[in-house]
Amino acid sequence: MAAADTTARAKWRWGLLDVVVIVFALVPVLWIASLSFKTTATLTDGNFVPREWTLDNYRTIFSTDQFVRALGNSIGIALISTAVAVVLGTMAAYAIARLDFPGKKLLVGISLLIAMFPQVSLVSPLFQIERSLGLFDTWPGLILPYITFALPLAIYTLSAFFRQIPWDLEKAAKMDGATQGQAFRRVIAPLAAPGVFTTAILVFIFCWNDFLFAISLTSTEQSRTVPVALSFFTGASQFEDPTGAISAAAVVITIPIILFVLFFQRRIVSGLTSGAVKG
Amino acid sequence: MADIVLDKVTKRFPDGTVAVHELDLEIADGEFVILVGPSGCGKSTTLNMIAGLEEISSGELRIAGERVNDKEPRERDIAMVFQSYALYPNMTVRENMAFPLRLAKLDRASIDQKVDEAAKVLELTALLDRKPANLSGGQRQRVAMGRAIVRSPKAFLMDEPLSNLDAKLRVQMRTVVSRLQKRLGTTTVYVTHDQTEAMTLGDRVVIMRGGAVQQVGPPQELYDHPANLFVAGFIGSPSMNFLQAAVVDGRLRTALGELPLGDRVRRELEAENAPRELIMGIRPEHFEDAELVEEGTRANGVEFEAPVDIVESMGSDKYVYFTVEGERATAAELDELAADSGADDLSAMGSNLVTRLSAESSVTEGESRRVWFNLDKIHLFDPANGRNLTLHEGRSTGALTA
Repeated sequence: MAAADTTARAKWRWGLLDVVVIVFALVPVLWIASLSFKTTATLTDGNFVPREWTLDNYRTIFSTDQFVRALGNSIGIALISTAVAVVLGTMAAYAIARLDFPGKKLLVGISLLIAMFPQVSLVSPLFQIERSLGLFDTWPGLILPYITFALPLAIYTLSAFFRQIPWDLEKAAKMDGATQGQAFRRVIAPLAAPGVFTTAILVFIFCWNDFLFAISLTSTEQSRTVPVALSFFTGASQFEDPTGAISAAAVVITIPIILFVLFFQRRIVSGLTSGAVKG
Repeated sequence: MADIVLDKVTKRFPDGTVAVHELDLEIADGEFVILVGPSGCGKSTTLNMIAGLEEISSGELRIAGERVNDKEPRERDIAMVFQSYALYPNMTVRENMAFPLRLAKLDRASIDQKVDEAAKVLELTALLDRKPANLSGGQRQRVAMGRAIVRSPKAFLMDEPLSNLDAKLRVQMRTVVSRLQKRLGTTTVYVTHDQTEAMTLGDRVVIMRGGAVQQVGPPQELYDHPANLFVAGFIGSPSMNFLQAAVVDGRLRTALGELPLGDRVRRELEAENAPRELIMGIRPEHFEDAELVEEGTRANGVEFEAPVDIVESMGSDKYVYFTVEGERATAAELDELAADSGADDLSAMGSNLVTRLSAESSVTEGESRRVWFNLDKIHLFDPANGRNLTLHEGRSTGALTA
């Protein structure tokens, strides 16, 4: 009885704690969503649930070229950076997990060092470099730094995943008549998929959310991403606050992230390697 | 099917350690050869070199008469069963077994036919659509074997394939492996650290230590005529008893009393330029309760008396442990064997003699018992290099009384 009591109580306690955490995490998101549906008049009435619902804010942001262009830039730049970083990261991580070559530790160390470098200290030099190279205010001008900073993360996460894949599988594939490439493609890659998707999500979020590089290395709508575009929102007059529009935009740019995660999450099946080897 | 020849094959790792040193071995077509030895003896490295998973530093490897040193594993047409089974977890049993055939670009119909055939042989038909994660250890092991046999390779390589199974299943699978190999008649190289598997499975056994072959031969020959202390101690369970012995005035002084040295043995020892200090080895089954020895055979041996320490009744016979006086025999080989079995820290427990007596023996713990042992069956080793000094003369070992 006593044991049952404590487990029941423990369940309640954990449940309560979970609810607190979820509320804490979600209230700001819901608040933004709520603001985005309010009319200008009721914006500051302090109600959590809007009294007058409106889609005006959404209409406003999509009617301006500014936001739509930025959304396109964001999606394009984030997807390209993610794809390149994951492909390069996969190759590097595979080499790090499988091969023993001189200077391996140094290489991993340096790549980690890049990730630790304060980005803000690199902004001015990057600005100068990109201006003289003609990369300033272009897509590649953002994609290149994103890849640079996403790669260490990608390499590190992926090599941890590759290390979990039993090497025997690759040997077995070779014995079964596979070339190195076939062994990688048909045996190792499917098993590394969860790691690749996890990394892709992390890298995508990093690129999507970046504000620092985006505001420093762009100057026009040509390559401005959404987080930057948001900061340039203005009201209809000088005295009007664009709170509603900003909220609506914030909701809109959260959606791709949620879709991205939901889409890949189904592929992140834990324990995909179980059954390969003993135990 | 093919023969495999290793000609002075050496494996040197980049850090300078030599895992295998000038290994010479000829494996005949259809033969079942076991590589056995303690961990780190180079047996797995040898197997991986045959497979092509490890590069050969020097020497030559020939499969079916063709030099294959520089060939990729896939070009060697040999199949391997791994200790970890190494099943592809993202594929079903059928896909796992079909994988080598699909890589060989066979057409669908013959792939299905071959897989079904192999599945039938290994009783996997009902499991073909399952994923490896949903199989038991024994079933996974069979799938791994199935993947090896489907494409009828030139040779099978097996790297401790049974060591992850529990004891009972291991005995069952041993017979499965044995039957399968007889039926297919494919050249097989099998690596194990378990001397029972080595004794029961192979046509020939290769005992390795420190990257070098100690002895090659049929299991019974290794058992009866071990070339050195290492082989003698490795093969047999419980293992051979080793006692210090000294040649004094033409007799052998041991903890079991003074034993007569036959003319032949004396000649052998002289021919070998043997030292005076020797190690005597005798297997547990060559002892018998003195009361139960038949009169005709009694003359071939000698008797001694010793206190009984432990009696283990196996039903069919009794393992009786005696405490004997005197130092235990020491040699590098014996230390290594003890370290491998994890018994090196038990040496403080004193000198013990393991005997296997007939089940009718009325021996009880604590008493002092007279025991007879067969002098024909003793081996004498040189403690310095471990060589068996009583190996020649028509291979009848002891014959001390002759």
